[in-house]
Amino acid sequence: MLIAKFRKQLHTFELDVDFQAESEVLGILGPSGCGKSMTLKCIAGIETPDSGYMELDGVVLYDSVRKINLTPQDRRVGYLFQHYALFPTMTVEQNLLAGFRPDDGKDPHEEVQQAIHGLKLEGLEKKKPNMLSGGQMQRVALGRILLNQPKILMLDEPLSAMDQFLKWRVQLELLELFERLQKTVLLVTHNREEIFQLCDTVTVLTEGKNEAKQTVSELFTAPQSLSASILAGCRNFSRIEIIDQTQGIFKALDWGVTLHSSKLPLNAKHCGAYSQSFEVINGSDTGLQNIIPVTCLHRFGKGAIESLVCSTPGESSGDSVLYLELNTNKSSYPEASGEFQLTIRPEDLIFFDS
Amino acid sequence: MDWFPLWNSLRIAAISTIVIFFSGIYAAWYIAKLPRVLKGILDVILTLPLVLPPTVVGFFLLKMLGPYSAFGNFILKTANTRLVMEWYSAIFASVVVAFPLMYRTARGAFESFDPDLLSAGQTLGMPNWKIFWKIVLPTCKQGILAGTVLAFARALGEYGATSMIAGYTPGRTATISTTVYQLWRTGDDARAYLWVLINVAISFVVLLAINSLEASQSPKRSVQELER
Repeated sequence: MLIAKFRKQLHTFELDVDFQAESEVLGILGPSGCGKSMTLKCIAGIETPDSGYMELDGVVLYDSVRKINLTPQDRRVGYLFQHYALFPTMTVEQNLLAGFRPDDGKDPHEEVQQAIHGLKLEGLEKKKPNMLSGGQMQRVALGRILLNQPKILMLDEPLSAMDQFLKWRVQLELLELFERLQKTVLLVTHNREEIFQLCDTVTVLTEGKNEAKQTVSELFTAPQSLSASILAGCRNFSRIEIIDQTQGIFKALDWGVTLHSSKLPLNAKHCGAYSQSFEVINGSDTGLQNIIPVTCLHRFGKGAIESLVCSTPGESSGDSVLYLELNTNKSSYPEASGEFQLTIRPEDLIFFDS
Repeated sequence: MDWFPLWNSLRIAAISTIVIFFSGIYAAWYIAKLPRVLKGILDVILTLPLVLPPTVVGFFLLKMLGPYSAFGNFILKTANTRLVMEWYSAIFASVVVAFPLMYRTARGAFESFDPDLLSAGQTLGMPNWKIFWKIVLPTCKQGILAGTVLAFARALGEYGATSMIAGYTPGRTATISTTVYQLWRTGDDARAYLWVLINVAISFVVLLAINSLEASQSPKRSVQELER
């Protein structure tokens, strides 16, 4: 188990994180430059916080009050760097060997051979890192970390440098690895896909401060802030005016419609909706709630999913436009551009008090 | 034919290069990590001998190490050893003059060194000295070798400060460069030409070595590009 609670003054903001992680895959989601990598570096002992406390599996890594600050060498933290940080002058074999802890009492060469076999790196033993593909480099870096027997695994944007084809395969390998290890895993990324695909829980980090930990599905359905919902992929927002909180009726000012939701909080100031949450209404559908009349402004995309930009009856600010993603195979797909009606299920609306 | 100047020049340059190799790397590594202001000041001080006339360096060295200086006098009294006008006096001159070449090339190499490699070694539990010798130095090998060769070449060709601090005593302190000057002064053109040729030949070999160092790096790069 990892306990991390510390502060560090950075150039433009203060990093102030507070979270715990058990044997789970915890994602730290944040835009670039929000302090994600710095958080990992502080846990690894590469950077020193200004104050705080860190503990890993019962061992205190850092305590500003008791003046404890273990060296990175003594923390037993497995850090997968974004660009893998393989030693360029060493072969694959030597890189793996560099991760071997001499105090483990096992035969290093046997362990390395096993790792090479387990990571499907046969034939690459004598190759230098610059001869490897991105996926191979990552496997070597992971193998080197695992030989080191870390208590925790920390991954910095593990999928961002890979092309789409490679991505799903690496993703499967990582999920298998997490399953097998049963250890605490921290994964930092700016990409929500990596969170949805790899993590159990997530904490959103913006401007150095992290929000409370929640499950990944909660991040999608109930993000804790506007910036969290943007990171989760939400594209449509409107200021709201509550008409009847008990009935769940409110006016979406930017969209110019009155909507209904059973989970409308008392102090909600904004509502949001994913671009996939909207459905087009056929003329025959009647008795539906939450109807928004729209006019199509742009449509683009040629695949099974088409993107539409539509104007609403709302005040003509930037937020009065809706971004939609529609499945072109559905029978309800609008024939041509022009005016049509949308609906959104009450439970698909999300609310923010900021 | 008296080969002493060749032998003397080579031993002075070799010993100077060894001293510069370690001190230059050490200085470069620690100064590369210092805060900017301190780094700038130390950088100027350590690079100064590169741009100062060698006679100015020689003047300073004489004032610091000569028999009338505090330090030179102390060594003379305690160890009964003269620091100037001996063959090894030239080592002081060539170390000071050639040091900046090693220091600057090594620092450039260290500054382009990826700090993540250092952090990776640390999180894997490697002791810092091992990271330096097994990861940092091999990764920066090109720059450090280039710096070493340049420093050797400069030390071998040192004239100004050397002639002031070691003088010219045939068979005792004569180096190639001071011999060439002496032979020209006495009008012995034939032998002067011979030493000039020897000097040119050595410099040629040294520059060839630097070029082949650079060339050995470029094929690797093109393989890397093909892979991508």
